[in-house]
Amino acid sequence: MELVNVSKYFGAAAALNEIDLQIASGRTTVLIGPSGCGKSTLLRLMIGLIEPDTGTVYFEGVEVTAAHVLQLRQRMGYVIQDGGLFPHLTARRNVALMAGYLGWEDERIEVRLAELAELTRFPIDGLQRFPAQLSGGQRQRVGLMRALMLDPEVLLLDEPLGALDPMVRAELQEDLKAIFQKLGKTVLLVTHDMGEAGFFGDVIVMLREGAIVQQGTFEQLVQSPADEFVARFINAQRSPLGEVRT
Amino acid sequence: MMRGVCGLVFLCMLTTVVGGQEAQIKVGSKKFTESVVLGEVVKHVVESTGRAVEHKAEMGGTRVLWNALLKGEIDVYPEYSGTISQEILAGEKVETVAEMRRVLAARGIGMSPPLGFNNTYAIGMRQALAAQLGVERIADLRRHPQLRFGFSNEFMDRGDGWPSLRDFYGLPQQEVRGLDHDLAYRGLESGTLDAIDLYSTDAEIRYYDLRVLQDDQGHFSTYNAVLVYRAELAQQAPTLVAALHRLGGRISEADMIQMNARVKLDKVAESQVAADFLEKHFSIETQVQVEGAVERVVRHVQEHLYMVAVSLLAAIVIAVPLGIAAARMPQFGQIILAIVGVIQTIPSLALLVFMIPLLGVGGPPAIAALFLYSLLPIVRNTYAGLHDIPPSIREAAAALGLPPGVRLRLVELPMASRAILAGVKTSTVINVGTATLGAFIGAGGLGQLIMTGIRLDDMGLIMQGAVPAALLALLAQGLFEWAERAIVPKGLRLQGETV
Repeated sequence: MELVNVSKYFGAAAALNEIDLQIASGRTTVLIGPSGCGKSTLLRLMIGLIEPDTGTVYFEGVEVTAAHVLQLRQRMGYVIQDGGLFPHLTARRNVALMAGYLGWEDERIEVRLAELAELTRFPIDGLQRFPAQLSGGQRQRVGLMRALMLDPEVLLLDEPLGALDPMVRAELQEDLKAIFQKLGKTVLLVTHDMGEAGFFGDVIVMLREGAIVQQGTFEQLVQSPADEFVARFINAQRSPLGEVRT
Repeated sequence: MMRGVCGLVFLCMLTTVVGGQEAQIKVGSKKFTESVVLGEVVKHVVESTGRAVEHKAEMGGTRVLWNALLKGEIDVYPEYSGTISQEILAGEKVETVAEMRRVLAARGIGMSPPLGFNNTYAIGMRQALAAQLGVERIADLRRHPQLRFGFSNEFMDRGDGWPSLRDFYGLPQQEVRGLDHDLAYRGLESGTLDAIDLYSTDAEIRYYDLRVLQDDQGHFSTYNAVLVYRAELAQQAPTLVAALHRLGGRISEADMIQMNARVKLDKVAESQVAADFLEKHFSIETQVQVEGAVERVVRHVQEHLYMVAVSLLAAIVIAVPLGIAAARMPQFGQIILAIVGVIQTIPSLALLVFMIPLLGVGGPPAIAALFLYSLLPIVRNTYAGLHDIPPSIREAAAALGLPPGVRLRLVELPMASRAILAGVKTSTVINVGTATLGAFIGAGGLGQLIMTGIRLDDMGLIMQGAVPAALLALLAQGLFEWAERAIVPKGLRLQGETV
């Protein structure tokens, strides 16, 4: 996936300003930055929920346009903060909605559901529950299953762990990382948490006010921050626990 | 019973199509007892000539009946010469009966000879109060500006009504109210009104012991009862018209007061009173079918439900797509919401009356008005239900790659179902209640029983209309609570409970 000279304005303000970015295939890229830096906007551009004002978004060499965005979305999985589950459908129907629309046979759907439940460590009998009957962590697992149902090439996650309490969050972090490694898909994850970025990211892209300030590995960002802002951002999120241990 | 009626209607339609000549005759009457009695007299006379006949009783006021006659929705109805000259032909300056005939004929309307009694307007007071104040003539009212008047709505704004009476006699009273004629008697009796307008053949004059004030300076014109009918009848059914004309000069003022009194005071059905009169004076034997109370309620409930069902179904079919369009296209949406909002602010009775020039009288205009009334709650709730879906859910559906139409069907409409259903429920309850007003323009329904009950001062009859109407509204409520369980997805109902 690639963005070439992409800008996006909301009113007069630029949410993204002439961004060029290539996402490495088969690896996990983390977009990080303070609130309003444009990281979620970038993710929504990728899946065509919004269109760029200038520049082009490419997916597998194809320009993402309104004409074929629906087809392209079937090759991308998208997970948002609170799961974005449809409250009127059971977990099973949430996950299988798109496959059902595409005319998958029941048997194929069942096989895929079982695979995904095992992969995401979601109890299979929880599938007939409604979102309101699931815990926050479980909802997020269902959201992930839904994103993975069609076995997409790319997985886009917008602060997938943002709404969870620390214990659940830690557990799900481990599971997510294992899943990413096992599947070897191209993953693009948005977070504002530096620890989480370091935990997941093969590559970390830091944004500020709609522009990329630095990209590299976690070590590169920590050891040689590109500017004062990067250093402050990293320092601001350093855990006191780390200091106690050293 | 129903099958019999259906069969009859079918037969009539058949003969209309095949023969053309033997079309069913439709008699109309206004919404007061004398008119209904005369309507029944006409009905029996038509029957005696062997024609099929239907009496559309209590259709409304002069305007409604006159328009229905012009449009051919009815063939004949009883009218008064004063009403024709003062109201229907106001501005034409008809002075003589011959002139009136000529002007009516130009409109395709024929008129029978006067039936024999003059039912003019008069002003009445309680004997006791009139005696105490020494009021005998209308002119005497000038000396008592504190008196409270209650006039029938028609009298309030007709050409020879209150405004001209006030100017003619120089009356000073300020407290003047418009209300239903039948309620006016009760206001007079309870002492909340001091003087009301009367018809000189009203049965109540004697019953309530009223003093009829002398029209000493001759303000009121004469109101000779006549029958007006479509002039085409003279060619199509000459024997029928001849039979109607034979009623001329045969109903005296005493006859009419007595017939009115039998209906209003002795609670005898109009049909029976009319039949007795015809048997006595014309030796016409008629079979009177008096409907039982249960049959009558069932028939009116059926009429009521028909109006509600047709108007509501049409409203759902139109309003839900309008609500969807409003949610999809915000600018267009504001216009839609504004328009249906304005419709809702039109008083229901006014809306019903607006429909008459467009759709005539009876069921169609009532259904059209109810349809318009039912739009707003459904449009607004559909719009709100769709609009209130969290953007994250909407985006999640889009991000799956579902096309917009499928998102609407599988995600957005189910999520808005509770709001939409609540809108339909509100519409239904409003509709069931408003449908009672349909009786004012001849659409029948439970309002007819209420109206007739008020006219005859028959609390039992009012209840026969009011109780089923209230029960229908409750039933609709219950039905929708059940429907909510069946239609609103379980996941949404859970949300309310557990989170």
